[in-house]
Amino acid sequence: MSHHLIEFKDVHFRYPDGTEALRGIDFRITHGESIGVVGANGSGKSTLILHMNGCLMPTSGTVTIGDLQLNARTRREVRKKVGIIFQDPDDQLFMPTVFDDVAFGPLNLGMEEAQVRPRVEEALRTVHSLDLQNKPPHHLSLGQKSAVAIASVMAMAPDILAMDEPAANLDPRSRRSLIQLLKGFSHSKIIASHDLDLILDVCGRCLVIGEGRVVADGPSMEILANRTLLEENGLELPLSLQRR
Amino acid sequence: MSFDERYYNLGRLDRLSFRDTPVHRLDPRVKVSATMLFLITVVSFPKYEIAALVPFFLFPVLLLTLGEIPFGFILRKVLFVSPFVVLVGIFNPILDSRTVVLSGIPFSAGWLSFGSILIKSSLTVSAALLLVATTSFPGVCHALRRLGFPAIFVSQLLFLYRYLFVLAEEAMRIARARDLRSSGSSGTGIGVFARLVGVLFLRTVDRAERVFQAMLSRGFEGDIPSLKRSRVAAGDWAFLAATLVFLAVFRLFPVSEGIGSYVQGRFG
Repeated sequence: MSHHLIEFKDVHFRYPDGTEALRGIDFRITHGESIGVVGANGSGKSTLILHMNGCLMPTSGTVTIGDLQLNARTRREVRKKVGIIFQDPDDQLFMPTVFDDVAFGPLNLGMEEAQVRPRVEEALRTVHSLDLQNKPPHHLSLGQKSAVAIASVMAMAPDILAMDEPAANLDPRSRRSLIQLLKGFSHSKIIASHDLDLILDVCGRCLVIGEGRVVADGPSMEILANRTLLEENGLELPLSLQRR
Repeated sequence: MSFDERYYNLGRLDRLSFRDTPVHRLDPRVKVSATMLFLITVVSFPKYEIAALVPFFLFPVLLLTLGEIPFGFILRKVLFVSPFVVLVGIFNPILDSRTVVLSGIPFSAGWLSFGSILIKSSLTVSAALLLVATTSFPGVCHALRRLGFPAIFVSQLLFLYRYLFVLAEEAMRIARARDLRSSGSSGTGIGVFARLVGVLFLRTVDRAERVFQAMLSRGFEGDIPSLKRSRVAAGDWAFLAATLVFLAVFRLFPVSEGIGSYVQGRFG
């Protein structure tokens, strides 16, 4: 199916303060693929993720999601296809209660209450957080917030999931269950992270980003085992591949 | 009280609204309408009126009791805004030095109108607080929306509320970081404070921007949707009708005077 296709063509992006975050990103993701995006701090990972649904628009170059080229007119459609999970769950949760927050997306899609309620409950159950539904998000722990943030995006049933450091705030057990969860999704996934073991577990393919360009693109097992490449880009071998 | 504690107090009004009492269960639209009518009625009294206003305390007191809202909490909030009211009214006794005679006792007109202002403000502020405490701020906003207020207006109110917490959280983090490095003496002069406020502003703008992006990502188009398709039930109509009767009777008939002269006639 072509509608889960993601294509970046020579994407440049410059922040208003002059920082050039992306300097010609090129890649193509086909249906159902899981891609890890790794790179040093400030290499442009988060900026890239924000281009996935038009939170940021390329200064030049094109982003294509499915059969839609991203522009101001298609942005709304693209947002229904691509769910972004932000790095800081606090940015993602803005409604007064967890339930309202997860219901926000589906309601904006114009669904009726009878459809919304089961959908919200299912999304919350997927991340094992159904019992939090009546709590205000600002009283949750960071791990709980992360889980709810994922549910809030899942409830919109996007075709493509884009995540920025999904495991950064999680304790080992929650991280493990997140990995299981991600493996269970049939969506196309694009995950930016420093957690190389997570990438190795979840993503078959991996992009290395350095100074706003794609430095390497290939199977995760190959890329993440290449010590020189990783060290040149401020990374090191995943723990599971390190020999002591 | 440290900043942290103050922050956690901020949510108190909200937490009160999670309770389940007859008042909490009333439809938000009914409560908003009743409170608005109450406010208009109280404000419509002439400026020297005191006696006729007193019975109106029945309304907040009933809501308070039935809604199980702690009296001290509301009282403290009312006192908290009272300096503004006092400032507005304090010139009346100076500027208006005539004397009026009420039931044979002479009063200074200025003090009388000052007293009236104080009573009106306590009535209106407590009624508004009780509305939020029994309905929650978002509940009030959704009610306004469904009563036909423009979407943009209601969204602004909701954002105001949501970003209040964002702002307070950022401020709390900055204040914590400062206190940890200022060896016990909280605050290191107005210069540092001014710069902190600047930083706070920038950080909040960034945060607000990211929250807004998250909203757009989930299909936000200017109107906050609400799930609660509550229907106005018989009990809600009864409450509204009772409020209307109460307001009309106490506004149109001098009830307190009536009771006063009845009591005087009986025992005098």
